[in-house]
Amino acid sequence: MKIKKILSLSYCLSGHPTLPCNVLKFKSTTIMLDCGLDMTSTLNFLPLPLVQSPRLSSLPGWSLKDGNAFLDKELKECSGHVFVDSVPEFCLPETELIDLSTVDVILISNYHCMMALPYITEHTGFTGTVYATEPTVQIGRLLMEELVNFIERVPKAQSASLWKNKDVQRLLPSPLKDAVEVSTWRRCYTMQEVNSALSKIQLVGYSQKIELFGAVQVTPLSSGYALGSSNWIIQSHYEKVSYVSGSSLLTTHPQPMDQASLKNSDVLVLTGLTQIPTANPDGMVGEFCSNLALTVRNGGNVLVPCYPSGVIYDLLECLYQYIDSAGLSSVPLYFISPVANSSLEFSQIFAEWLCHNKQSKVYLPEPPFPHAELIQTNKLKHYPSIHGDFSNDFRQPCVVFTGHPSLRFGDVVHFMELWGKSSLNTVIFTEPDFSYLEALAPYQPLAMKCIYCPIDTRLNFIQVSKLLKEVQPLHVVCPEQYTQPPPAQPHRTDLAIDCQPPATSYRRAEVLTLPFKRRYEKIEIMPELADSLVPMEIKPGISLATVSAVLHTKDNKHVLQPPPRPAQPTSGKKRKRVSDDIPDCKVLKPLLSGSIPVEQFVQTLEKHGFSDIKVEDTAKGHIVLLQEAETLIQIEEDSTHIICDNDEMLRVRLRDLVLKFLQKF
Amino acid sequence: MDHECARLLPAVCAVLADPGQPVADDTCLEKLLDWFKTVTEAESSLLLLQENPCLVELLSHVPKLQDVSARVLSFSLRLAGIFAAQEDCFQYLQQAELLPGLFGAAGPLGRAVWAVPTVRSGWIQGLRSLAQHPSALRFLADHGAVDTVFSLQGDASLFVASAAGQLLVHILALSMGGRAEGHTCPRDDDWPMCAQKIVGHIEESLCSTDTPRVTQALNALTTTFGRCQSPWTEVLWEQLSPLVARLLERDPVPAPHPLVDLLLCVARSPVLGSSDRGPWETAAQALSRLAPPQAGPLALGVLKLQLCPQALRTQAFGVLLQPLACVLKATSQGSGLPGLLDGTSEDSVVLDALLSSKSSCAGLLCRTLAHLEELQPLPQHPSPWPQAPLLRAVVTILRLCDGSAAPASSVGGRLCGTLVGCVRVQRAALDFLGTLSQGMGPQEQVTQVFAVLLECLERPDSSPTVLKKAFQATLRWLLSSARTPGCSGLGPHTALFLPELFPVLQKRLCSPCWEVRDSALEFLTHLSRHWGGQADFRHMLLESEVPELTRQLLQDPESYVRASAVTAMGELSSRGLHAAPTSPEHPEAQQSLLPEFLHILSADSEGFPRRAVMQVFTEWLRGGHADVARDTERFVATVLQVVSRDLDWEVRAQGLELALVFLGQTLGQPGPHCPYTVSLPKAAPPSPLAEALGALCRVRLFEFAFRALFDCDRPVAQKSCDLLLFLRDKTATYSSLWEAGGSPDSASVEAALQRWQAGEQDQLLGDLEPEAMLAALRSVDLEGLRGTLAQGSDHVEKSPQSLLQDMLATVGILQENQADCY
Repeated sequence: MKIKKILSLSYCLSGHPTLPCNVLKFKSTTIMLDCGLDMTSTLNFLPLPLVQSPRLSSLPGWSLKDGNAFLDKELKECSGHVFVDSVPEFCLPETELIDLSTVDVILISNYHCMMALPYITEHTGFTGTVYATEPTVQIGRLLMEELVNFIERVPKAQSASLWKNKDVQRLLPSPLKDAVEVSTWRRCYTMQEVNSALSKIQLVGYSQKIELFGAVQVTPLSSGYALGSSNWIIQSHYEKVSYVSGSSLLTTHPQPMDQASLKNSDVLVLTGLTQIPTANPDGMVGEFCSNLALTVRNGGNVLVPCYPSGVIYDLLECLYQYIDSAGLSSVPLYFISPVANSSLEFSQIFAEWLCHNKQSKVYLPEPPFPHAELIQTNKLKHYPSIHGDFSNDFRQPCVVFTGHPSLRFGDVVHFMELWGKSSLNTVIFTEPDFSYLEALAPYQPLAMKCIYCPIDTRLNFIQVSKLLKEVQPLHVVCPEQYTQPPPAQPHRTDLAIDCQPPATSYRRAEVLTLPFKRRYEKIEIMPELADSLVPMEIKPGISLATVSAVLHTKDNKHVLQPPPRPAQPTSGKKRKRVSDDIPDCKVLKPLLSGSIPVEQFVQTLEKHGFSDIKVEDTAKGHIVLLQEAETLIQIEEDSTHIICDNDEMLRVRLRDLVLKFLQKF
Repeated sequence: MDHECARLLPAVCAVLADPGQPVADDTCLEKLLDWFKTVTEAESSLLLLQENPCLVELLSHVPKLQDVSARVLSFSLRLAGIFAAQEDCFQYLQQAELLPGLFGAAGPLGRAVWAVPTVRSGWIQGLRSLAQHPSALRFLADHGAVDTVFSLQGDASLFVASAAGQLLVHILALSMGGRAEGHTCPRDDDWPMCAQKIVGHIEESLCSTDTPRVTQALNALTTTFGRCQSPWTEVLWEQLSPLVARLLERDPVPAPHPLVDLLLCVARSPVLGSSDRGPWETAAQALSRLAPPQAGPLALGVLKLQLCPQALRTQAFGVLLQPLACVLKATSQGSGLPGLLDGTSEDSVVLDALLSSKSSCAGLLCRTLAHLEELQPLPQHPSPWPQAPLLRAVVTILRLCDGSAAPASSVGGRLCGTLVGCVRVQRAALDFLGTLSQGMGPQEQVTQVFAVLLECLERPDSSPTVLKKAFQATLRWLLSSARTPGCSGLGPHTALFLPELFPVLQKRLCSPCWEVRDSALEFLTHLSRHWGGQADFRHMLLESEVPELTRQLLQDPESYVRASAVTAMGELSSRGLHAAPTSPEHPEAQQSLLPEFLHILSADSEGFPRRAVMQVFTEWLRGGHADVARDTERFVATVLQVVSRDLDWEVRAQGLELALVFLGQTLGQPGPHCPYTVSLPKAAPPSPLAEALGALCRVRLFEFAFRALFDCDRPVAQKSCDLLLFLRDKTATYSSLWEAGGSPDSASVEAALQRWQAGEQDQLLGDLEPEAMLAALRSVDLEGLRGTLAQGSDHVEKSPQSLLQDMLATVGILQENQADCY
């Protein structure tokens, strides 16, 4: 069935291209695609030290140029930068653009893109279902648990709000002055909210088809980026939207990306590309190892601020191969996180979600990741926090992996304070989510060496260009950041998406109408109705039949049912009721097809006694003029008109003559 | 031919002529032909055939066989050609009416076996050998062979087609061979028919619209002008050059590569290249007509010529520089390009090639850079050499490749997008940049060069091959910069650059990629070899962690890296740089590397590190390294003892090298007859002979050398033989004082030597007096041994008798097998 118009809208709720949150209105369903949480807002806050830090607590308050010091309790100054002295707050996805209680489902693509989930499911009236794979949920839970733990274990009485006043914010120095939507920034959620949010998740497996209200089918596909990470196919019978988020073509630990299933998409929404398109992950791993070895050989310690899952598995695997060859076997590796143990163990049990090499190890049986051996041989030790066993085992020089990569909370704050004063030590940034210079700002002046080797395995622009050539979507929709070269390198035209037709871009708080080419609906015909149809071949291979039926629509499924038999005229009352319920079934006139050959038609008219016939050619066809009868027959490609004044008999005669030339069915 | 071969030959011929007999493999037939070639060079072919009628029988019988094997037929054709090369023998074969049966229409030409490429190839090669005299030319004309050769030029087999082209040129040269030198009459007057026919065919081909035919003609002409320098070639070129020039008017130009080859060949010809009628006009036309990938090689060839019109050289250099000029134009802010093709206009073709695709862009730039790199060191390179613009272009290309360039124009932006991360271009650019170090440049440009090199070395995503090239280029620039006139010490650039270089070097020494660690070590070795004596360099090196990191790499898991680390540490140690001295007052108090190296020599499982240790030890001994000089005898004795058991022959050979150095230092420098040159430290004058011989005995050098004399690896035995000959010459005067066999020990030594020769290498000689050793030395026939060793190990198997016997034996064995089957 061809239908007039389906409006598919996409609401963009996040301005961060790698932490997306979009809502898709598609075929009467409302689907949220990811709910990433932009944590870069925390960089404006002072770090939360685990142990009382004399340095941080003695920072001077900030005062306006005119000396007004009313903000000095809320804002502190450190090495020329101003920080909010309060519990860190996060920048939530847009909540005003669309009523989030109308969202039917949320599709999660990977564990980094679900960190705003509790804010959405617990505070917006959301009553739908969340779909995600098992590793995504389990590791996402660990990330949330770690975040809550980091913030809750350092209770801070103070909550700053004065600075958020728009009139006050204007007076502040950058970057506070330029921070967006500060009034909507929120504190971290609680563990209770996390549990409640996670309870709304329904687990799915790759390639599993999930029906949404009969109208849409959604399917997760492996995206190759992280354990359980997925891209999503959202399709109806005639439309297909692919949602690509955080994908990787590199051979790391997860299952490889499924590209083939993305083919034939009408629209491909592309998010989550690499944040550092100029850095090659292999080169960065090499840089990481070299700098680590240099520091440790020199007697210094290495601090690696990181998330408790993801790249850390690959880094540990690289170090497993490297430390022996570099003669560093005796250097201890410490992994400190409230969820360190669970993360290391979880990674070993999700065999079906791993790449082929790692999967095959399970059958040997061997642990898929070599960090098991590092733990066994006591080279890698993990602790929930710096308190307790760690302080007894702690030996230097060493390598410490700990969170949070923003350097604003977590055990990393302690190590920054502890090791920051010595130039022998090195902090190596591997997570690409935060600007390392901004992360380091509250620790200045800093003697320790800083190495920035961000490892982002997500797709780069060359890979995207190959992917798009391969899957050939009709339209690409992506964040505006991807459609032009980075502002710092305007000549790097290679660092933008290059496709035909050009990609449609979106930005935070924008609503897009998605361009669909096909506008059809699938309709089923009931068997008894189908039986009654008498197709007529009008051209070889094409048959037509007229159908009189009732269109029944329920749960977004359309069915043609046989029309009700004309009711027997019993009593007037009853008949009235029937006519109320059933649509009018008028006597059907046959449909006509074919064309009228003018010459033959004129001959026929002459046979039937008409004389004095004139034929005129017009732009659209012919006019047959019966001068005697003062009658016009206008023959065009798609219509025939008989114009005669008040002579119904003549008109019917002429009509019948015309109909002789046409097919009826 | 010796008697034994003559005896075996009939049987071999019988085997070959019998289609029922399995034919020996191709290599046997090839060897047989080689042997006949040698025989016919030494003696008369006619006589050979007369004395060995079996050969004539073979040649007459084989073509007549119905089911002859293609290999034997091809062999017979080639063999007949070899015999018929001598005119009297040709006549003999003609009288026997053998040749038409082989090469004429009655031969294999019309038969099914002609479909086999080997047969066609044998036919051509036979004719190629045969065509040596006027009778042969007549034979070719009578049998229409030239027409067949024409058709074979387009043969499906590339070998056949190529050989046909060669034969055609050979026939042309032969037919023109009778022309008097200096006689340059036009072709139509009195050129032989055969030559006219061939030239006519070439003319026709040049006018053809079929590109393969044009290619054949061009290749034939290239071979002709390359091989023949007679005056008639000038006439030929004059006649054909308009046709060649006409090819350039076609669009697209057919067969551009063969055309370039022809033009360059003509230009290089002493007859044509120096004359006014040279190919200059056509070459100029080709430079402007050909696409950049083909014009580049032509331009390079033109610029390499010794004699060439200046205008053409200028045009060629312009073509070569065009891609770089385009890159500069696309990336520079201003419109002008001072110094490089000022005011150039026709660059749209080059620009299209640069922008059309990544591979086309990379290909063009790599070729251009390689051509310029080849050109730069030549004495005839264009002068003035545009050093500054070229440096700017290479630095720009490197910046485009690493994405740090910021071109203003949209073309520059596209170039940047195309070249970014292109390792091929990076490598080519770094190679050329290294070559450009010979010319230096303005101060600020040299600073830029060092900056771009440092960035390249620092970048985390530089590939290992790019890093290697970057290290090589850096070294060349550092050395050139230190050679600047008026510069003492390291030079200003180096002094600024080195402090930034050492942290990078440290990082690279810790790279997880072994190729990178290896390149960094090689770089360090070269650096210390050149600057080990410079106070500033020494200071900076010792301040850094480089020596310590290098020492740690002696335990690297990769054997290549261990070997490079050994070489680097050996070099550092020779200059007292292998570790920071524990106290500034006692710089000599550095920890000795000797035990560590000895451990590697005796325990490392791979050959490379052990070989490296031996090279370092030899250098140390030669240079009088402190660790060695402390107790040289003990050092040599220990090393020789360890090396004698080594499984790697190169290590053992290097042990002999070390022994020779010790010998030189003990007995005096080897004479000029010895292939080894040893620089003897002046401080150690040769000691009296008796004392020296005592030292040689104490380090067990005799035993080591004697054992090596019977080494299973020939190079070791040869080297030992040379060493012992030198020793015998040196001790000749001393030996004469003793009666031969005067020492009772010499008998036991000789007995031991016999046992060693028999393979019982584990026998020890024990402590022996010099006299016994010398007696044993005299008893060995060293000259005889040297002669035996100089022959290849297969010299027995290579003899013709052995070949003939082998061929017969193969048949015999196969026959036996057949018998077994029944």
